[in-house]
Amino acid sequence: MAAPIAVHLEFGGGAELLFNGVKEHHVTLPSQSEPWDMKQLLVWIQRNLLKERPELFVQGDSVRPGILVLINDADWELMNQNACACLTAAGLDCSVGLKPAH
Amino acid sequence: MPAQCSSCTEKRAVLKRPKTGHSLCKECFFWAFEEEVHQTIVAAELFKSGETVGIAASGGKDSTVLAHVMKLLNERYSYGLELMLISVDEGITGYRDDSLETVKRNQQQYELPLKIVSYEELYGWTMDAIVKQVGLKNNCTFCGVFRRQALDRGAVMLKVDKICTGHNADDVAETVLMNVLRGDIARLRRCTAISTSSEGEGVVPRCKPLKYAYEKEIVLYAYFKKLDYFSTECIYSPNAYRGYARTFLKDLESIRPSTIMDIIHSGENLSVREGVKMPVQGTCSRCGYISSQALCKSCVLLEGLNRGLPKLGIGKHHRLHDKILSQQPLTEKEERKLKSVDF
Ligand SMILES: [Zn+2]
Ligand SMILES: [Zn+2]
Ligand SMILES: [Zn+2]
Repeated sequence: MAAPIAVHLEFGGGAELLFNGVKEHHVTLPSQSEPWDMKQLLVWIQRNLLKERPELFVQGDSVRPGILVLINDADWELMNQNACACLTAAGLDCSVGLKPAH
Repeated sequence: MPAQCSSCTEKRAVLKRPKTGHSLCKECFFWAFEEEVHQTIVAAELFKSGETVGIAASGGKDSTVLAHVMKLLNERYSYGLELMLISVDEGITGYRDDSLETVKRNQQQYELPLKIVSYEELYGWTMDAIVKQVGLKNNCTFCGVFRRQALDRGAVMLKVDKICTGHNADDVAETVLMNVLRGDIARLRRCTAISTSSEGEGVVPRCKPLKYAYEKEIVLYAYFKKLDYFSTECIYSPNAYRGYARTFLKDLESIRPSTIMDIIHSGENLSVREGVKMPVQGTCSRCGYISSQALCKSCVLLEGLNRGLPKLGIGKHHRLHDKILSQQPLTEKEERKLKSVDF
């Protein structure tokens, strides 16, 4: 059982427009049986935060090509994309930042 | 766990380079990015020592990275250039304020002189005043035409030898694609050129030092260097045609990372068959700017504004241009046509 995780999300460069213009979000992901990964986080963001035009943010089960994601201040393309607790994302012209809240 | 830097093998990698697939740490990435821009500048002989170079500054990420890197390379490699920032102020209340504030901070941060050229001083009209005359429906015609010339006119006014702009590899690839889609052979042939020579007295040579820099790296360079920039051009803005081209490219790139460079390469190596008709490039008889007509589009629009005939130059009134410009009187019907404004 994975405990709830506090995550700091940052959207920028225009991506925030899809989230009511709010750039920073401090959220707590609920506890669930398996550990959180990016794929699940994206689904969670889509269900709980995204206000409009999901097609501009997600494509399939990943972010739309062209949106840059940083996890803990590093390009997520470096990782196997299942880092859970702490995520930072930045968009091409659109930054999405998820930072550890602790 | 993130990978180690493949260059220094010591520090934590912060990005995977789209161009090479290498994982680099911050310092190695900064160095590689800057050196590649330097190589681009040297290989294409973009500048000569002693030149005054205007950096087109919008406050956006591309021009902010350009200003930062130009300043740095000019010192690191003693280019001997006199650099200055040039910004265009369209005179739209509330629209440019944030980006102009960013440019003003950049001026302090980079210790470069800044000149803001306004539509008012270039054309005698702010966009707000133009909108009052022509209505909201037509203002885009003016904005587009005037913006294209504003940098040139500003550069002539400031006596700079060259302008450099922040166009990156993604922009160039996008433009190649759009020109293919539109069948615009003349633009297709020109758009991959890294620099343009002076094509008339009103036109200052332009170059693109970031032509081979990927947008992803520009964003990350600005982000990791904590450069101060403003998101001017939103990718969600409704320029539909370019938007589709951009999305298409990004999709292709996610399958094949070299797509951007491949398209630029294709554009650079196209040769146009002899006998393909090209528009004859002349110059405007009034301001000297490149134009395929006797008067350039912006001079026609200005003439219309100044004579209270704002629709001159918008839509299909070309037959009347000669008559108006040679000061011949218009019939009542013609005059009514050019004055009416629909909001
Ligand atoms: Zn390194
Ligand atoms: Zn945007
Ligand atoms: Zn002209």
